[in-house]
Amino acid sequence: MPFKSTVGDYQTVATLETFGFLPPFTQDEIYDQIAYIIAQGWSPVVEHVHPSRSMAIYWSYWKLPFFGEKDLGVIVNELEACHRAYPDHHVRLVGYDAYTQSQGACFVVFEAR
Amino acid sequence: MSKKYDAGVKEYRDTYWTPDYVPLDSDLLACFKCTGQEGVPKEEVAAAVAAESSTGTWSTVWSELLTDLDFYKGRCYRIEDVPGDKEAFYAFIAYPLDLFEEGSITNVLTSLVGNVFGFKALRHLRLEDIRFPLAFIKTCGGPPNGIQVERDRMSKYGRPLLGCTIKPKLGLSGKNYGRVVYECLRGGLDFTKDDENINSQPFQRWQNRFEFVAEAVKLSEQETGERKGHYLNCTANTPEEMYERAEFAKELNQPIIMHDYITGGFTANTGLAKWCRKNGMLLHIHRAMHAVIDRHPKHGIHFRVLAKCLRLSGGDQLHTGTVVGKLEGDRQTTLGYIDQLRESFVPEDRTRGNFFDQDWGSMPGVFAVASGGIHVWHMPALVSIFGDDSVLQFGGGTHGHPWGSAAGAAANRVALEACVKARNAGREIEREGRDILQEAAKHSPELAIALETWKEIKFEFDTVDKLDVA
Repeated sequence: MPFKSTVGDYQTVATLETFGFLPPFTQDEIYDQIAYIIAQGWSPVVEHVHPSRSMAIYWSYWKLPFFGEKDLGVIVNELEACHRAYPDHHVRLVGYDAYTQSQGACFVVFEAR
Repeated sequence: MSKKYDAGVKEYRDTYWTPDYVPLDSDLLACFKCTGQEGVPKEEVAAAVAAESSTGTWSTVWSELLTDLDFYKGRCYRIEDVPGDKEAFYAFIAYPLDLFEEGSITNVLTSLVGNVFGFKALRHLRLEDIRFPLAFIKTCGGPPNGIQVERDRMSKYGRPLLGCTIKPKLGLSGKNYGRVVYECLRGGLDFTKDDENINSQPFQRWQNRFEFVAEAVKLSEQETGERKGHYLNCTANTPEEMYERAEFAKELNQPIIMHDYITGGFTANTGLAKWCRKNGMLLHIHRAMHAVIDRHPKHGIHFRVLAKCLRLSGGDQLHTGTVVGKLEGDRQTTLGYIDQLRESFVPEDRTRGNFFDQDWGSMPGVFAVASGGIHVWHMPALVSIFGDDSVLQFGGGTHGHPWGSAAGAAANRVALEACVKARNAGREIEREGRDILQEAAKHSPELAIALETWKEIKFEFDTVDKLDVA
């Protein structure tokens, strides 16, 4: 009889916190999340880091937080510009909530190539 | 004007029923649900509660005249009917701030829910709500870290946190226990938790557990690249022992410890919370024994009061029930007291069981923990009810996965992230829950199997303690 088991082997995966367990987002899915950040009144921030430092508390800012930016397209362009400038870095988008002084959203948009 | 001493027994209402009184901002206000003995007028019952929980005793005493009792006495200032209940009524009582020691929840409870609960003129008595004046709140330590600091320490943003209690709850050796912790954390959970029954039993002494758990946390962090923690239960038989365990957790560089605040007691809890603030340690709070006190609709203390007391005594996470799982709790009531844990101001709202406006000032918030009989199918409802500032804990719903705890953890993490993503994209996750989970399962065999395993489990019993609404 051929070997057959119903139990799968779960392999540990290295992930980058929120949304790390979902497949990479499509362009439209990224737009949805940016729109959510803007609709909450949070400030979008683009950050990047070399994978060797991905657990660091601080990642490098790309420019400055985009305070008051309501235009989805601007944020998308900045994310892509950061990715082009640092292709070997992870790039994440943060929604900074000034009221709670916390991050209402934070997820990796581009993983390092 | 000095008064004359007139020995004897006066009716309580002569002194303690003051319907014209306008409560001060600095008063501590309480709402009791009273059920008196037959034939005793409401005003007399309510006044008796005010008296016995503040300055009064059954007889007039000469030494009252040495002080200005009108300054110190508690007063019943309002009586209201309980909708749908002919016997019970609400008594609103105002206590002057000076009746309570600064920062002492122990002292507040000793007065408000002390002897008065055994008073013969009452059949039942339930403390429904307390309005703590801001002046008192500012004297309390509160959560050692709070929601915002905990997120920053753990690097978890934009979603509820995920946890799991280690099972079986008793009987594992330290090393086997650490293995289960490791499996859960490598599978994608943020936290694992000591069961509340785990202290330091013969099968697993606490040092042994702490060491193996610390190893599991370290390994899972290295392998996943994410921050992890395990609530190390420091609840112990003496305060000295409790602090010794806390110190060892710190020595092992662990981010979070745990305490059972009702069985352990408010004095122990407040002390441990202070220690946590000083030592940069997060504090998870379990609530064993609460249902003994809060479940009867006419007698005891409502959980919203116990939740408020915990926020003042100190804790960064508190169990609140799940609404949807195996344990008691209806949705509106739960929403009412999770507001009390997390918000800086909570308005009076009888539809949520909140009897007073409550200003929390600068007191940090506490994560609401939903734990008990929940599984992946509940995820859309949990995310919708509890929002991001919560910890969702699946015990059986993690370890019961056919592939084991790591796969169970991954299934929960995928389900959680799918729900958060859908919510952010503007979808109605409770209504579309089934579709959202099934779409996510296409990319996750672990989730697909979890959905299959738990598809039939429901916990639909009527709530014993319902809100009294007209």
